[in-house]
Amino acid sequence: MMSITLGHYLSIGAMLFALAVVGIFLNRKNLIVLLMAIELMLLAVNINFVAFSRYLGDMHGQVFVFFILTVAAAESAIGLAILVLLFRNKNSIDVQDLNTLKG
Amino acid sequence: MDIQTGFFYLFAAVLLFSAFRVVTARNPVHAVLYLMLAFSQASGLWFLLGAEFLAITLVLVYLGAVMVLFLFVVMMLDINMDTLRAGFWKHFPLAATLGAVVAFEMAAVLMSGFRLAVPAVVDAAAQANNAKALGILLYTDYLMPIQIAAAILLVAMVAAIALTLRHRKDSKAIDPSIQVRVKARDRLQVVKVATTQPAPAPAVEAAAEEKK
Repeated sequence: MMSITLGHYLSIGAMLFALAVVGIFLNRKNLIVLLMAIELMLLAVNINFVAFSRYLGDMHGQVFVFFILTVAAAESAIGLAILVLLFRNKNSIDVQDLNTLKG
Repeated sequence: MDIQTGFFYLFAAVLLFSAFRVVTARNPVHAVLYLMLAFSQASGLWFLLGAEFLAITLVLVYLGAVMVLFLFVVMMLDINMDTLRAGFWKHFPLAATLGAVVAFEMAAVLMSGFRLAVPAVVDAAAQANNAKALGILLYTDYLMPIQIAAAILLVAMVAAIALTLRHRKDSKAIDPSIQVRVKARDRLQVVKVATTQPAPAPAVEAAAEEKK
């Protein structure tokens, strides 16, 4: 019988993170999918934290997940507010249109 | 293969599939719905790991609040998807290579490095009541960070409202504070008018009358 090791969970996290990276490359223009890819990355990190917390017997990892969830919720709320504002002003959510700062 | 292993592979497969669909879906509403599926599968994985409180928090906060927010925004915006997806397949080879490299390297390191098959022995109380153990930790060791987290959430809420608030020009509503602060002289204006006025020239007026 093959039981699930810590490596299994970490691999899931790694594959999820890699998928999110692929998503950022593929949807370079669509701001809303970029935000979703960032959410996926945070989820991958959280899976790693919970897995380590379980297999090392340390509850502090779960506390970190709690704080990451808090900050991610705040981030997505403000990000979506900025997105709505952007769409109102430019009538587009294309990243290429955000060139007013000429950076 | 015991039942936990089976569930692990089920959750992992659906999680990865839905994550793949999130980044490749043509319709952004479908992408958000697949993201919800991905989060629910991650919640299942966390249940397997014995983190019940966080798993339920993920369902309540992410599926219940954040994803609905995403869905609202996606449905509210009238997006032209064809211009946004221009160059999608042009970047695909680079993206696929990069993703494969990242996944392969991380998996190679992690699979060989962490073969902890047996979870570490935690004290039975923490294992039996995950929420209680987490709560005790949060409100003793992490008291200050949790206050800061609450402040961050408050600031985020105020910022999101302040960013998207829009005053309507055609609204006839009156600000109560302006009503309360009103003075008598704002409402009543005393105009000096001469008591006697010179009579208008009658001849011109009569001529104008006739012309009509």
